[in-house]
Amino acid sequence: MKIPYYPGCTLNTNAKDLQECAEFSAEALGFSMVEMPDWNCCGASLPLTANSAMGYAGPTNVLIGAKEEGQKEGLEDKLVTLCAVCYNVLKRTNYAFNKDAAKLDTINSLLESDYKGDTNVVHFLEVLRDDIGFDKVKESVSKELKGLKVAPYYGCFLLRPHEEVGLDDPYAPTIFEGLLKSLGCEVVDFSHKGECCGSYSAMSNAENAAECSFSVIDAAAAAGADVIATTCPLCQYNLDSKQAMMKKNHGDMKEMPIIYFTQLLSMALGKDIGKISFKSNSINPLPLLKEKGLV
Amino acid sequence: MSRVGVFVCHCGTNISATVDVAKVAEEMKNQPGVVYTEDYKFMCSSPGQGKLKEIIDEHKLDSVVIAACSPHMHEKTFRNAAEAAGLNSFKVEMANIREQCSWVHPDKAEGTVKSLDLTKKMIEKVRLNEELDKIVMPVTKKALVIGGGIAGIQAALDIAAAGTEVIIVEKDVTLGGHMIQLSETFPTLDCSQCIMTPKMVEASLNPNITIYTYAEVEALDGYVGNFRARIRRKAKSVVEEDCTGCGICQEKCPKKVDNPFEMGHGKSKAIAVPFPQAVPNVPVIDRDSCIYYKTGKCRICEKVCGPKCIDFDQQDEIVNVDIGAIVVATGYDTMPLDRFGEYGYGKYKDVIDGLTFERMASAAGFTEGEMKRPSDGKTPETVVFIQCVGSRDESKGVSYCSKICCMYSAKQTMLYKHKVHHGKAHVFYMDIRAGGKNYEEFVRRAIEEDDANYIRGRVSRVYEKGDKLIVKGADTLSGRPVTIEADMVVLATAMTARKGADKLAQTLGISYDRYNFFSESHPKLRPVETNTAGIFLAGACQAPKDVPETVAQASAAASKVLGLLSQETLKREPITAEVNEANCIACFDCLNICPYGAITSKGITDRDGNIIKEVAEVNPGVCQGCGLCNAACRSKTIELRGFKDNQIYAEINSLAV
Amino acid sequence: MHSGHEAAKDEYIEQIAELSGEDVSLCYQCGKCTAGCPMAEKMDLPPSMVMRYMQMEHSDELKKATSRWDCIGCLVCGSRCPKLCNPAAVMEALRQEDMRKGTRSEEIEKLPVNFVKNAPQQALVSGFRKYVP
Repeated sequence: MKIPYYPGCTLNTNAKDLQECAEFSAEALGFSMVEMPDWNCCGASLPLTANSAMGYAGPTNVLIGAKEEGQKEGLEDKLVTLCAVCYNVLKRTNYAFNKDAAKLDTINSLLESDYKGDTNVVHFLEVLRDDIGFDKVKESVSKELKGLKVAPYYGCFLLRPHEEVGLDDPYAPTIFEGLLKSLGCEVVDFSHKGECCGSYSAMSNAENAAECSFSVIDAAAAAGADVIATTCPLCQYNLDSKQAMMKKNHGDMKEMPIIYFTQLLSMALGKDIGKISFKSNSINPLPLLKEKGLV
Repeated sequence: MSRVGVFVCHCGTNISATVDVAKVAEEMKNQPGVVYTEDYKFMCSSPGQGKLKEIIDEHKLDSVVIAACSPHMHEKTFRNAAEAAGLNSFKVEMANIREQCSWVHPDKAEGTVKSLDLTKKMIEKVRLNEELDKIVMPVTKKALVIGGGIAGIQAALDIAAAGTEVIIVEKDVTLGGHMIQLSETFPTLDCSQCIMTPKMVEASLNPNITIYTYAEVEALDGYVGNFRARIRRKAKSVVEEDCTGCGICQEKCPKKVDNPFEMGHGKSKAIAVPFPQAVPNVPVIDRDSCIYYKTGKCRICEKVCGPKCIDFDQQDEIVNVDIGAIVVATGYDTMPLDRFGEYGYGKYKDVIDGLTFERMASAAGFTEGEMKRPSDGKTPETVVFIQCVGSRDESKGVSYCSKICCMYSAKQTMLYKHKVHHGKAHVFYMDIRAGGKNYEEFVRRAIEEDDANYIRGRVSRVYEKGDKLIVKGADTLSGRPVTIEADMVVLATAMTARKGADKLAQTLGISYDRYNFFSESHPKLRPVETNTAGIFLAGACQAPKDVPETVAQASAAASKVLGLLSQETLKREPITAEVNEANCIACFDCLNICPYGAITSKGITDRDGNIIKEVAEVNPGVCQGCGLCNAACRSKTIELRGFKDNQIYAEINSLAV
Repeated sequence: MHSGHEAAKDEYIEQIAELSGEDVSLCYQCGKCTAGCPMAEKMDLPPSMVMRYMQMEHSDELKKATSRWDCIGCLVCGSRCPKLCNPAAVMEALRQEDMRKGTRSEEIEKLPVNFVKNAPQQALVSGFRKYVP
């Protein structure tokens, strides 16, 4: 199974850790992600205001490219993403087109294209759940991550708006939990798995972002988590890199590593720990993994 | 040649402002068959009706057209007046030049032209009208009440008090409905059981009342005054007549089950009555849970039963009853809460709904009236009440207001405070809807005397932190977010129509709205009638209602029933389909299309009694005169009396010329 | 003030309503948006109040408020709104209007070097989309 893959702005650069581990895991599970050529940025946010054609042009071009590439190279008729934001933007673009044909017409005439709003956008997690199956993932695990208490953090964009994204129940999601369970982790249910990390306010108001992120970490810690797993580079950045700032306001806070879900996945699937990059982690997860006897 | 009289009404200025009524009267003089015309200020007034009678007599009119308002308004008035003057009432027609003309057209010239057309049209029709006689039907002097909650019981008691027999069909094992679940009632705080059980007992002892519990209406035939209902009495596995209600079977039954009466909190047995004061006090075996029905062993209840009334082989029983009128009083359900993930119902044990709180506060409930939260039995020191959960919520719930939640939430804060003196109740509300006698005072008492903290805003999320529930709400009056650490959260869930209400409506042939609440005939003037003659509504099956309103409506429905059943015979409009047997080709399209089941097949026999031909036959008692058969009939055999093809064509032709 | 008649509307309010595509008259001020907003504590005018000021056409107060610059686009407000409104869209329209008029925006030159060097590209892209004209 070969699936067109859209890395978006961050996966080839800042979030290489997330991507490399995903590629390794895909191979171990018998499929591959084929990076589409000539991709452009999705905009990393969908415009909320009414007059927003330009905001839709970027993601539409990506959706068209995936469709064409898939057909040309005989790949699966879908588009896989790793980044929660790309996933959200691309899916909602399709949703908007299916709800509003006039919008689709506008963008098509802008791009001189004939897009129908029908590129099937899936997140890597969905491939694991729906195409591979968590049972198969479990069978393929060579090193169970026993004893590791992981809080699955969805953030905003995998879950909201539910009717547009539709990945999972926004209040009782199961997909992330299902994967972590199949890796042997102890899944920690916590109240803030869908609360915001502060998102792009990191740029304009780092303090605000840090406060948001703190509430997530605080809830995960209260629920007994050792580590938070995430799918989004921006969530990872906010939760991880701002812990020093958080400690200034919350003196008794304990540091918590923030890890990409693919880092855990590839570890369980047998990737040599020495070859797993933790470059994006300012809180080093290795001491914890050692303590748990996983390294 | 016919002798038609035409009367054009001014309706004050309602019509005359946009229609030249004098001109209409004048021009109609030229219509064939018209011998008299006049315009008059108020035709429906007493002098107007007097004039009509006079002219009919003086000019020997054989038919009349009144150009005035909608026939819905005054057709009856004018037909009665004409009848008093010796004219057959079906020789009177109305041309609607008010609702369909003067009220909707601003231009007087155009309005006048249209009025001329409308009036002309009715003249052409009325000239072809036949004299018709009203249909006379017998009346079965017995009523059926569907539902044995407070609405059904009240209606049945009132009907029975007049000496009329009445049957109550209740789906549950006992009478009582939702009201018997409640702890205390607003705005008086009297115990629900204390005021409800006497009514239940009274109903069970009244010789005019027959009660079928654990039973449902499966089918309904017939028409007003002459219904026949098929009732399924589900097998209780207990011979009701022999049971003494001693309770030993329930005591000894080894199989514990969840008790829905206690909202899933208390335990019951596989053979049980839901609560000790049940009426009838006869237990029922829940065959889905009973060990014997599952494994073929046990039969302990049978062994311990003194009067030997356990019957494992009991079958459902079908009872057909003839009745003249029906009161539907099937009550309400509460909205399922799984769609409100943000409030954590189902996930957190201490997030409960209003009915569960009622059971918790009830002395006979699963905590024996003590405030103990479900998770750990601790006394909740802080309780948050969230109103409008599902109500007024177009996104996930229903857009209507459930009407009772403001009051019962206020009541619940009081009950809580009276039991936990040092506790604090917070209420998140959007508007306090306390319109009712002593209602506003009651809510103020909750705030001023019983210390309830009312916060105007909705709650966005409830989540657990340690053994507390964190409630994230807003106070829109100060424009600030509010966070409360609570020990228990109570959701005021929306009231919805009963599950399956739509199916029952279809069985009974009554209409229902988009929420599956049964529809009244007119929201103001016919609030307890349905559009099906002889079927009336009581209580929350029509719309969310509280107890006082429900009781009032139940009594109103009972008085409607008694009014109907007090008549020896019923007269109804003869606007029914009739078959020309000579023409009928027996295709039976009419039979298939008739929504009322009024058409059957009839055999025509020769002298020797051999069937030589089949034809359609209309039961005029059932026929509602909708005309569908008329439209479907390919041989033009079946026609609607009063609206025959030649009459309709005459109307159309009058416009074409 | 709203009335049944076509009264003259405040120009600024009209502009925001058009930009956002939101019909603020739908809002019945339940406050669920403010209740769920992770930034509401810090805002001078939380989302439900922004909707209210729009309804009342308090344009001067709206112009002065800064809460739109605290909004982080998490979409909680819109996704839980019982009236299917989207206050985040109004926030975005208010922000865009600030930037069009030049009254406020983020300045790229003044961003902390550390942030530009270390933040994931998507933070910059979405941040620029939201905060830079």
